[in-house]
Amino acid sequence: MSDKKTPRRDFIKLSAMTLGGVGAASLAIPFISSMNPGKDTLALASTEIDLTPLEEGQSLTVIWRGKPVFIKHRTKKDIEDAKNTSLADLPDAEEDSARVQNDKWLVVLGVCTHLGCVPLGQKTSDTKGDYGGWFCPCHGSHYDTSGRIRKGPAPTNLPVPPYVFLTDNRIKIG
Amino acid sequence: MSSSDPQGYKKTLNSPYTGFKGWIDSRLPLVRMMEAEYLKFPVPKSLNYFWSFGGIAMFCLIGLILTGIFLGFHYKPSADDAFDSVERIMRDVSFGWLIRYLHANLVSFFFIATFIHIFRALYFGSYKAPRELVYIFGLTMFMLMMATAFLGYTLPWGQMSYWGATVITNLFSAIPVIGDAILTLLLGDFTVGDATVNRFYVLHWLLAFAIVGLVVFHVITLHMTGSNNPTGSEPQSWDETVSFHPYVTIKDLNATIFFFIILAFILFYYPNILGHSDNYIKANPMVTPAHIVPEWYFLPFYAILRAIPDKLGGVLAMFGSILALGLLPWLDTSKVRSCLFRPVWRYCVLLFAINFLVLMYMGGKPAEGIYVLISRIGTAYWFLFIFVLAPLVGFLETPRQPLSISNYLRSKKA
Repeated sequence: MSDKKTPRRDFIKLSAMTLGGVGAASLAIPFISSMNPGKDTLALASTEIDLTPLEEGQSLTVIWRGKPVFIKHRTKKDIEDAKNTSLADLPDAEEDSARVQNDKWLVVLGVCTHLGCVPLGQKTSDTKGDYGGWFCPCHGSHYDTSGRIRKGPAPTNLPVPPYVFLTDNRIKIG
Repeated sequence: MSSSDPQGYKKTLNSPYTGFKGWIDSRLPLVRMMEAEYLKFPVPKSLNYFWSFGGIAMFCLIGLILTGIFLGFHYKPSADDAFDSVERIMRDVSFGWLIRYLHANLVSFFFIATFIHIFRALYFGSYKAPRELVYIFGLTMFMLMMATAFLGYTLPWGQMSYWGATVITNLFSAIPVIGDAILTLLLGDFTVGDATVNRFYVLHWLLAFAIVGLVVFHVITLHMTGSNNPTGSEPQSWDETVSFHPYVTIKDLNATIFFFIILAFILFYYPNILGHSDNYIKANPMVTPAHIVPEWYFLPFYAILRAIPDKLGGVLAMFGSILALGLLPWLDTSKVRSCLFRPVWRYCVLLFAINFLVLMYMGGKPAEGIYVLISRIGTAYWFLFIFVLAPLVGFLETPRQPLSISNYLRSKKA
């Protein structure tokens, strides 16, 4: 009699605990999910930028999704440096051509991929690091003229946000 | 136990008190608990002033919660209002400057007391059996303290607040695959923003009270084993103990007052010396300050983070440095507790303390050249101390025979 009853009791306990566990986990979903960005934050406004005032060698910082985006009008030397870098020298190997739509214009997120600081190099007076691009003052990451990581703790290149050229001198980010 | 309750089932009938005290005690046994655990509680009579820092830390915690409540009456947790509301506390709120400076400096002194308290545990072997759980609860509180201090430092919404929060929360993005999703979940936005400061304010409160809860566990576990003491020997008779009150209460009060006089000096003459001037500039998400440093009490761990030239590795080493300390009760193989009787381990522990201060200095310097090298050596020693020296020295060293509490006191007099 008791031999028969014990497995039945075990089964009831186990299924009750399982059901309770699944229930508790399901209940947690809306609470955890509520911590994510709300719909208003997600409704990412796209940003349109007129590039005409940017002279060769100048840079512009615009805000997209609350983050700075670097737009750089690259000089011939910048472009050559970026093109002539051997992929073997890159911690996060990527061709320059895969990172730009038009060689003259580099558009990257201005957020260091290490711990999120904004690298220096946008102003002409800024230090640009050892590779002529950007230098992150927080933990010493150096980026080149294609926004690729060359030296320092950052693991990956500065990401390229989604953007399109509306005309030759006008882009839309997002 | 009365005749109507032969098995002693009813707790209400067991109170040793009468009258109003007895009426309360038989319903809420706090009176008898306080008497047993705080008035008559026996402690070794050889305690030195190192043993006062637990009590001092507790007073700091109480002070932080009290000042925090009054700051909370005026503070507004939003990206638009936070900085201005703190400035209003400093300029317009009656005595607001005093309450805020107290809150800010109490944190630093809380950490000073805690660092000394942890050193005491290491030097005199308080982490060893049977006090492992006292130690583990202590380290847990230490980690919660760091989290709470970090969250609190974000709230004034200055440049250092903002970029400190950015850098520290980005540590989570080092987690493979799901790191970025976790980061967004924590921040409630794609960057540190309005949603972030709002939830950090709530969590700052929540964790502060979680620490209070853990203090209870810390003390319960401590009172099961009783206090350690400089000899590391357990009391052999009642003669080797004194009652907590009045001996320890008076001594700890004395130490606390002395400690708070130093706090008062900093508070009234150099209230910003432990802070950073950049935090009086309102947060600007577009510009990172040229040299960002965390608060001084995070610097040793920041140095460890930067010593490792790999993002994930650095993060693991930083968190691992504290978690690894939690293994010490099991990694230390020596049968002798106190460094007074351990000729080799004593220098290992002292070097660990000096190394901690060196790392603290390195964490405040730019991550380049010699500073990185020294940080790496310091980081290496940190882990060497825990994983190699603790088991090895305990095994190889010949400790002296620990003195009993009475003999120790006699030898000190002689």
